[in-house]
Amino acid sequence: MTWRPVLHRSVVLRHDRVRGIDLLLLPERVVVLHGSAGRVLGLCDGSRAVDDIVAELGARYPGAPVAGEVPEFLTALRKEGWLR
Amino acid sequence: MTVDPPWALLAELTHGCPLRCGYCSNPVELTGRSRELGADQWSDVFRQAAALGVVQTHLSGGEPLLRRDLPRIVAAADTAGLYTQLVTSGVGLGDRRMAELVEAGLRSVQLSVQHADPTASERIAGARSFAAKERAARLISASGLPFGLNIVLHRANLDALDELIDLGLAWGADRIELAHTQFHGWALRNRAALLPTREQVERARGVVVRRRELLDGVVELVWVAPDWVEATAKPCMGGWGAVSLTVAPDGTVLPCPAAAALPGLDPPNVRVRELAWIWRESKAFNAYRGESWMPEPCRGCALRSVDHGGCRCQAHALTGDAARTDPACRHAPDHHLVRDPVHGPRTGLAYAHREGAP
Ligand code: SF4
Ligand code: SF4
Repeated sequence: MTWRPVLHRSVVLRHDRVRGIDLLLLPERVVVLHGSAGRVLGLCDGSRAVDDIVAELGARYPGAPVAGEVPEFLTALRKEGWLR
Repeated sequence: MTVDPPWALLAELTHGCPLRCGYCSNPVELTGRSRELGADQWSDVFRQAAALGVVQTHLSGGEPLLRRDLPRIVAAADTAGLYTQLVTSGVGLGDRRMAELVEAGLRSVQLSVQHADPTASERIAGARSFAAKERAARLISASGLPFGLNIVLHRANLDALDELIDLGLAWGADRIELAHTQFHGWALRNRAALLPTREQVERARGVVVRRRELLDGVVELVWVAPDWVEATAKPCMGGWGAVSLTVAPDGTVLPCPAAAALPGLDPPNVRVRELAWIWRESKAFNAYRGESWMPEPCRGCALRSVDHGGCRCQAHALTGDAARTDPACRHAPDHHLVRDPVHGPRTGLAYAHREGAP
């Protein structure tokens, strides 16, 4: 079955207006997202497969190394248990 | 000095509690229920906190379930954009309550238990409560919310660590937090009964290492180290006025929940002042912020940016002066205040016996 990443129910993606950064909020911790990580996770709504996410980002940011970096990033978050 | 915004708010909704734990960290002087902030006032506190930079709130007490308006309070925090966690003894959590809280936007629950054995648990809590906790655990687990089980460790439950971890697994916890007693408030008064031996702590640490390996990330095991036995100052609250603020039931704002006991702190109140002013400008929040207040040996110590010189409340409780190095630290001039009880016999009578001998 194709993996369609979605944030775990305990994890909330939020833009922090005070600090101007994206965050993941968890029960006992706050994860600061660097660069475009927040925009990548914003596409993880359970409807898109990893390939779709890569294609969408590639169209939005031509020339960015999305195909190389995004799948790796998503897998790392899945290992943390933050993405399902 | 520019002050970084806070991340977290500890909202103590009430000091009322059906339990009377011997290690309770609530102040010895409790706020009466008639002086508690109302739901609208809490709602305003959450809005101000979010505007200041807070992203997470722990709804605690006492027992927050004693507040009939708890679902409204949760909804207000969620609307303000704060990630909410309920911190509860489980007493008073029924089907309806749980459903209302989930509906209101509650994000996670931390349940406390005192021992894996019902009788021992109730002895420590000072009240019948184990059946209520079991029911609460079932409801939390069924709700699908992230479930943390919190156990405060001390002499009477440290040897039952394996059973406590088994209980957490049976109850369906995602995270088991094993936190050693912090010695202020009630715990300091009950120190003789609570302080574990060094051998107990060593054995317990071994259990945690072994179980962590077996659990392999399925359930998170958190071990909050015993600062007294390890002779190491704890990085209390991540630094004074650095990460978190506490609002007490009557609206008093404190850098740490135990700070109400510090004389001369003159803590501000949200009924009178804006939270932003309290965080940035108030004397109470600036008293031990940063490093300029530090005495020797902290002033010249490489660890000062890690542990912030330890706990101010513990320094005050043990030495009478909140600005001294935390006596838990092995380098502290007052360390004997901690070392002697840790190394000494567990009955307070040994010296009297010796002196009184003919
Ligand atoms: S449950 Fe918490 S607030 Fe209540 S008595 Fe025990 S430690 Fe104190
Ligand atoms: S001397 Fe102060 S800064 Fe150094 S370890 Fe002890 S408490 Fe921490």
